[in-house]
Amino acid sequence: MTLQHVVHPAEIPGSLVAPGAPPILQATAIEKYFGTARVLRGCSMTVFPGETVTILGRSGSGKSTFLRCLNFLEEPSAGVVEISGVRVEADPLRPRHEKASARIRQLRLHAGMVFQEFNLFPHLSVLGNLIEAPIHVKRLPRKEAIELAEGFLAKVGLSEKRDEYPSRLSGGQRQRVAIARALTMEPEVLLFDEPTSALDPSLVGEVLKVMESLAHEGRTMIVVTHEMAFAREAADRVYFMSDGEFVEIGPPQNVISDPQDERTQDFLARFLRA
Amino acid sequence: MNQQLATDIMDARRQRGRVWRTQFMVMWGVIVAALLAFILVTIRLDSDFIQKWLPFILTGVPVTIFVALISIFFASILATLGALGRVSRSPYLNAIASFYVSFFRGTPLLLQILFIYLALPQAGIVLPALPTGIVALSLNYGAYLTEIFRSGIEAVPHGQTEAAQSLGMSDRTTFRRIIVPQAFRIVTPAIGNDFVAMLKDSSLVSVVGVQELLWRAQAAGRPTFQSMQTLLVAALVYWILTIVFSFFQNRLERKMATGDRTPERSR
Repeated sequence: MTLQHVVHPAEIPGSLVAPGAPPILQATAIEKYFGTARVLRGCSMTVFPGETVTILGRSGSGKSTFLRCLNFLEEPSAGVVEISGVRVEADPLRPRHEKASARIRQLRLHAGMVFQEFNLFPHLSVLGNLIEAPIHVKRLPRKEAIELAEGFLAKVGLSEKRDEYPSRLSGGQRQRVAIARALTMEPEVLLFDEPTSALDPSLVGEVLKVMESLAHEGRTMIVVTHEMAFAREAADRVYFMSDGEFVEIGPPQNVISDPQDERTQDFLARFLRA
Repeated sequence: MNQQLATDIMDARRQRGRVWRTQFMVMWGVIVAALLAFILVTIRLDSDFIQKWLPFILTGVPVTIFVALISIFFASILATLGALGRVSRSPYLNAIASFYVSFFRGTPLLLQILFIYLALPQAGIVLPALPTGIVALSLNYGAYLTEIFRSGIEAVPHGQTEAAQSLGMSDRTTFRRIIVPQAFRIVTPAIGNDFVAMLKDSSLVSVVGVQELLWRAQAAGRPTFQSMQTLLVAALVYWILTIVFSFFQNRLERKMATGDRTPERSR
């Protein structure tokens, strides 16, 4: 079963998507096997520029795997990903040659990623974390990279932590730095892999606030999360995943408030009870 | 009241610590005194002899330190190459590196020294004593350090690689800019550790006639059957060297363990 949404998101009231805009990300029939276990069963997703999409679902349903397949941190067993004109087909049987690797790197430049465990570089200062890739991947002059980085640090409200090392920051601050780091590569799409799950509950708010502001300024975001409130407030569309399949897709008011699929109902019922 | 209790507990704990340390020191003192007594009473050291030969023996100290320093340097280079081979995807480089490690860890260091000095000339390769010692120590320690470097590289969490890749870094850039600097911090204490071990293992090169500390001690004592004096002096010098360098090595370790290398954790 492949669910697709039919209405162009620009037609939905309040949408930030430009009318007639072509999709910026298209994942088609993504399959993933871990050994012989089939963890993704033909998942497809279409995202338009400016949309915020959240993926909900039980732990182990495959949401993170799907997200990681989008930038080939996890090589899909089958399927196609196209982000901003860069199209990569899964080709798991052959070893990757240089050309294929270069294409995957190209794809990744269009998709910044924020991890559950932050994965900041501990040997670099906050600023160092932010300018590393612009200097060594984009070959920006150091001065320009610093200017860029300072802009994004200000955006996540951490200008004064510029010279600190990650180990001296709180979890929430680390995740905000990680968001800024992803932004410095100026990707068209931001992928968030449960960005608040490793955080102390009291620190979740500051990270969500940053994410909400990014959503409101029209960035394209795909967010795997358990934060129902965020999905409800900030998402244009919610994908609900169950056992490696998207079983329900729609605006949050439908999927979260009035789920049609039994598995979604079951998940939300448990979630609200908990 | 509670404040008072807390202070009392801290005082009591500090007091126990002081007692423990005193007992520890006393025991050390007893052992050292007993040894000294044993040596002085039963063997009757010839102190004139020691005084006469001390400068001769001590001349070996710089040689020992020099051999250990230069060998640990070359060993680190070999280990870097070896570790690169071990973590590379190439089956050929992996085979070369793992053969190197297996062979040089699987044979005695003394045999390697003798082999280079005595056997290689048959193949037309003649090395003088000092280079022989350095080559053997470098190759041998390089093999051990290879495994340490490899585990250091593998100790860098996989999330670091993923973060780098998600930013579009190539494997090469990721390795050079993200993995190596972190692995380096992990293995630096191990290099210091091996250096201290090398200070003592360098004595093995005395068999081919490198005039380091042990060779000189033997040479001084043997003709007049007064090795007790000279070997004791050598042992003492090795011991002092080890204590001194271990002290620096400990400080290095502590320095590497703190600061910005603390593992990431949500607070």
